[in-house]
Amino acid sequence: MSDTPRSPFQTPTVDPDVMAAWSTYVERFENDPDFILSQVEQSVMITTFDRVVGMLDQVYNWGRRSSIWPLGFGLACCAIEMIATAAGRYDIDRFGAGLFRASPRQADLMIVSGTVTKKMVPQIVRLWNQMPEPRYMLSMGACATGGGPFKEGYNVVSGIDQFIPVDVYVPGCPPTPQALLHGLITLQRKIDGQSVRDVSWYRRGPVEEIPVPVLGADLIDLRQLPDIRARAGMAGDEPEAEAAAAAAGGDERAAAMAERLVIWRERAKAAGKL
Amino acid sequence: MTMTMDVRPAALAPADVAARAQARFPEAVTVDAHGALVVDRAALIDVATALRDDFGLAYLNNLTCVDRPDRFDVVYHACSMAGGAPVAIKVAADKANPVVPSAVSVWAGANFQEREVYDMFGVRFAGHPNLRRILMWDGFAGYPLRKDWKEAYFEGAQKPFNSRWPDGAFFFGEEKLTEWKSNAKYPRGYTATGVEKARPDNTVMVLDAEDLKHAPDIGSERLIVNMGPQHPSTHGVFQMQLVLDGETVVDLQPVMGYMHRNHEKIGERNLWLANMPYTDRLDYIAQIGNEWGYALTVEKMMGIEVPDRAEHIRIILAELNRIQSHFWGVTFLLNDIGAFFTPMMYAIEEREIILDLLEMTTGSRLMCNYMRFGGVAYDLPEAFLPLANTLVYDRLPRAIDEMDSFLTGSEIVDTRMRGVGVLPAEQAIGYSASGPVLRGSGVPYDVRKAEPYGIYDRFDWDVVSYPEGDIYARYMVRLGEMRESLKIVQQALKQLPGGPIMGGKKAWQIRVPEGEAYGRVENPRGELGYYCVSDGKANPYRYHVRSPCFINLTALGEMTKGHKVADTVAILGSIDIVLGEVDR
Repeated sequence: MSDTPRSPFQTPTVDPDVMAAWSTYVERFENDPDFILSQVEQSVMITTFDRVVGMLDQVYNWGRRSSIWPLGFGLACCAIEMIATAAGRYDIDRFGAGLFRASPRQADLMIVSGTVTKKMVPQIVRLWNQMPEPRYMLSMGACATGGGPFKEGYNVVSGIDQFIPVDVYVPGCPPTPQALLHGLITLQRKIDGQSVRDVSWYRRGPVEEIPVPVLGADLIDLRQLPDIRARAGMAGDEPEAEAAAAAAGGDERAAAMAERLVIWRERAKAAGKL
Repeated sequence: MTMTMDVRPAALAPADVAARAQARFPEAVTVDAHGALVVDRAALIDVATALRDDFGLAYLNNLTCVDRPDRFDVVYHACSMAGGAPVAIKVAADKANPVVPSAVSVWAGANFQEREVYDMFGVRFAGHPNLRRILMWDGFAGYPLRKDWKEAYFEGAQKPFNSRWPDGAFFFGEEKLTEWKSNAKYPRGYTATGVEKARPDNTVMVLDAEDLKHAPDIGSERLIVNMGPQHPSTHGVFQMQLVLDGETVVDLQPVMGYMHRNHEKIGERNLWLANMPYTDRLDYIAQIGNEWGYALTVEKMMGIEVPDRAEHIRIILAELNRIQSHFWGVTFLLNDIGAFFTPMMYAIEEREIILDLLEMTTGSRLMCNYMRFGGVAYDLPEAFLPLANTLVYDRLPRAIDEMDSFLTGSEIVDTRMRGVGVLPAEQAIGYSASGPVLRGSGVPYDVRKAEPYGIYDRFDWDVVSYPEGDIYARYMVRLGEMRESLKIVQQALKQLPGGPIMGGKKAWQIRVPEGEAYGRVENPRGELGYYCVSDGKANPYRYHVRSPCFINLTALGEMTKGHKVADTVAILGSIDIVLGEVDR
């Protein structure tokens, strides 16, 4: 090794000591079978299948959690805070979720940011059905979670979870940007806990599609159709019969509920509310 | 260009209008206890035309309905462009067969408002060009704002309820109480037959098939395009149905109601004060203005004086709010015309600092719930004044100038905004446009000057107005208004007096005397009005919000005709709608 600094453009000269070591190594490799075995054991890991999947999961989940593309989908007041979260001060892009997509077919995460109205539910369900798996649902704010301050309105649905399963609920009216970020981090932790072995989108069978509700005399959830038809044929609700049936079946809790309902009904009838 | 409007009283005071109208139509017009003209149904169009042409009431502020035990009262508020309070006009309709002549031929701005009354009360307007439901969908059962219509979660006619939890123990009874286990309510005996076969998209075409005739210009058929309700350019859940000839818009119909969350029905069951936080959620970018409008209306009915300090605090916060709202509106408009999100980043940075001020004063960034009848809830914190002073004297003027210099002369702004979406002044007045849309059409009408509320008459500021009537004019009005707002806040901060922040008698439950009032404020998006009727009980008997965004949309179809599809996005952006207020 010379002391003068070498120019990066010069061809590196080969150290004769290194050349000597290399030829010794090759010679041993060609002649000594035990040496070959020891070398293979050093480079190849022998482990169980579970551990391999576990390591794969880490990479798989790391990739997905670090690039969650939300759907650019604003409903109401919460959408303003969602935009504020995407802007400079809070910068949701620090968590890899800054690329808001205009099309549901490119999105991983639906943030339901605002009041879910009956008139809007069919569209939200259709958007959700259009999103490819893996997809996640974040319910932002009191309205999307349970109807919020507008729960008693005639055009308001008591939460998006009546129609679509929700992964993370973020409380607040509206949640602050910090709260939304916390919701996102919670979702990332949830993703971290998933495994390629049992996620639904790698399993056999069709992807479960949610029936799009229909706007009729009121919002009709198609899953309720048989119930609606049966009840339309009935003269009226029979909580007393329900209570008796529950008591006969030994379900004390259901019986207590039904008994309360009887009291409730009587009062409501007396007050002319029913 | 800035035009100053001279503050004249109206050519005729409301009482004079009433007296003269009564003299002219002795059989058809009477005056009721609240000073409103009660007009005979058959003579409505004659009287309205005379009011518009001869008494100067060219501008229809508000149109709504009150469900009385024996009749429906359709209520109109119209005012003169010279300023002054609006005149109330009432027409009674039968309970059994409610029909009233449509006022669209007199005031074109009645169009959507009459549709809303039809939707909510079932009052039909004879001669209306397109009388269909507007907020709910076609086929919805019943008319929800009628007093005998019950909500799915209906527990009592008014709050507070007697007891939410009988026997002291609670269970979630709502789902069980309602017939179908969700908050839906179907008519008795409804079997939902044929629901599965319903059209898959549930979209109701609001356009005529007539419009789809052969388009002669390009030798092809006309095309209907639905934009929204999930579309990045519609500023929320809003739908536009366009009839296109090639790429040119032949007709446009706005479709709304996707964010209709029953503000008025819930408001009529709430206590008077409990409506205050709900008003925040109307125009959720300009909350303080919403609260002020409601407080103003109820204060009018109760006759409360607001102390000086509270008036100053209100004006400071409302004008700061206007600045942040215009920051938002202007840069969202730039978003729509192609300057995607870069101007927004700059604007949101300033907006966050104003939101910091709101948060330190009221406790919340967006939903402030700060005003009370007779004042405000809390005094300003100590840190407020230094921060507000640096903001309005130093940071915000520079930010506005910076935005102005970056955007106003740029090619995007020039080519996409000038001459697009022109709304002439007469049409703007006819369509009841308000706010920057009206002032961008060269009508220097601002409620803060025309019928000053609060203490706006004590400050030195100008109404900003531009005559072109296009998107550019609306944009320039917003920029100018931000500077005028700064002037107002600077003066108010300088003069901020000490003293109490609440007037009136302290009361746990507010009692509003029997009566009615229409109060209005100039919100960033236009004239926000509240029409409240009290029957002396703990709840409002009628609570109606005159939403500027909703009524400004009446002119959208007219503005977009003949333009390209991409321009409709820009024109909608220049109206700057907020869906919480459009649909309420």
